[in-house]
Amino acid sequence: MGMTIAEKILAAHTDAREVKPGDIVKVNVDVALANDITAPLAIEAFLKGGQAKPADPDRIVFVLDHFTPNKDIASANQCKMVRDFAHQHGLKNFFDGGEVGVEHALLPEKGLVLPGDLVIGADSHTCTYGALGAFATGVGSTDLAAAMMTAQAWMKVPESMKFVFKGELRPWVGGKDLILYLIGDIGVDGGLYRVLEIEGPAVTSLDLSNRLTMSNMAIEAGGKAGIIRADEKTEDYVRSRAKRPYTVYESDPDARYASVREYDCANIEPQVAFPHLPENTRPISEVGEVRIDQVVIGSCTNGRIEDLRVAAGILKGQKVDKGVRCVVLPATPEVFLKAEEEGLIRIFLQAGAIIGPPSCGPCLGGHLGILAKGEKALATTNRNFVGRMGDPGSEVYLSGPAVAAASAVTGRISSPSEVME
Amino acid sequence: MNLRGRVFRFGDDIDTDAIIPARYLNTSDPQELKKHCMEDADPAFFSKVSKGDIIVAGKNFGCGSSREHAPIAIKASGVSCVIASSFARIFFRNSFNMGLPIFESDEASAEIKENDIVEVDASTGLITDITTGRQYQARPIPRFMQELIADGGLMEHILKRGGI
Repeated sequence: MGMTIAEKILAAHTDAREVKPGDIVKVNVDVALANDITAPLAIEAFLKGGQAKPADPDRIVFVLDHFTPNKDIASANQCKMVRDFAHQHGLKNFFDGGEVGVEHALLPEKGLVLPGDLVIGADSHTCTYGALGAFATGVGSTDLAAAMMTAQAWMKVPESMKFVFKGELRPWVGGKDLILYLIGDIGVDGGLYRVLEIEGPAVTSLDLSNRLTMSNMAIEAGGKAGIIRADEKTEDYVRSRAKRPYTVYESDPDARYASVREYDCANIEPQVAFPHLPENTRPISEVGEVRIDQVVIGSCTNGRIEDLRVAAGILKGQKVDKGVRCVVLPATPEVFLKAEEEGLIRIFLQAGAIIGPPSCGPCLGGHLGILAKGEKALATTNRNFVGRMGDPGSEVYLSGPAVAAASAVTGRISSPSEVME
Repeated sequence: MNLRGRVFRFGDDIDTDAIIPARYLNTSDPQELKKHCMEDADPAFFSKVSKGDIIVAGKNFGCGSSREHAPIAIKASGVSCVIASSFARIFFRNSFNMGLPIFESDEASAEIKENDIVEVDASTGLITDITTGRQYQARPIPRFMQELIADGGLMEHILKRGGI
């Protein structure tokens, strides 16, 4: 019986030659990731276990990206605990201070996650690395502590669902719009416990940045992973970054899927997800009049250089509306540097945007742009739950960087074509 | 082991930001987290909940982030178990790892009302609504996960058996 990419990667990380959906397997973990919110609990659990050293310190990655630069005393204490542990155990993949980037933008950039890898992360958006052809999934801190102790994890082999995007992309449509469209179609639990395998000519035409955006939001449909087969573009991306060998897997022609769906991109406009679930999507032409108080461009979903180029292309020579605070957070130091070299930072500042440090910041209501009661934000982030970006009485709308930048100029949720005429 | 308490009902897709808002995640202390449990779904929840009480919800309970602070906050608030028609997968995993009993039943999720008194036999998954007299059988739990519960959680399982 044929296997999917997910099944092949899981099998390659066990003693078994084959796995099938429903099996519970013990897998070897290539990378175990945590951040300043989830690492403290993992470290506590690890210490309680009483083991002197992690099984393989080189597989552990800690990134202090959520509430940093430390937003308050309690956050500073959490970071200090992680820092002390990282130094004590000589973790070489520990990112602190000026080396911090938003974790899921940072790890691919640093070549720490590669095609064919099995990655677990104590952060739900760990599924981002599926865009590299890896099996990557979010877990809790205790699972992470177990991986620190044993370099292993347990997994229930999930069924896979196939999504095929055909046709050509319409103007201003990117990976964010395709994944929002998919989530709008199947709902926030439409992929529950399953792998979303995403393919098709429209996906192949996307650069890695836009593919990472798509895999990033697989969790927003309940998915365990969001996998895109590695191709020449993927290999071009990882070749110069990889410091260890990797394996490219493809699904067999007779692999089994729980379902197969096809989408024609000719029907997909730029998308906006309305409060308070990512499944509440509407095409930009049906948004109506929604005035906004804040725009956020950044995050693990859309904070890469390609996203900033799109936003800067729209903001160039324009002014952010007086009633809007436009916060731009380059996702990593490398992205920030490139944006500076390419003149994007200047464009943002001249337009009246606020540039912040690489941080998850406002995405989860941490800091760097919190909403008051009754305020509305349009963000390139991934979640619009009640209270996600601040007061429980505030609202978050989600879009790609083009719609976000255009809306910063008009002060209401707008199509980029309105600003670019 | 029997779990028994008064029911607090919630709807579909209750996310981890509603269970424990991220603005309180600058600590992992259960005694602090419990004060904000379910705050963005019901701001008065912590003032009303008593030891043993039970959360009954719709589909996809615990969707969103991987934060283990969510099951920790629920457990610390005194809630004895959560019944839902389905759970988001990371929350599902975390609950077993943290020792928060959870049960999946479409019928129980649909029929049990706010303030009903409910009893759950944790070993069999039999749910009894004492108020109405109705009984429901929760979906069976895979053998490996039963082992995790019997061992007292994932870390205890590893320490006892020398590995996963």
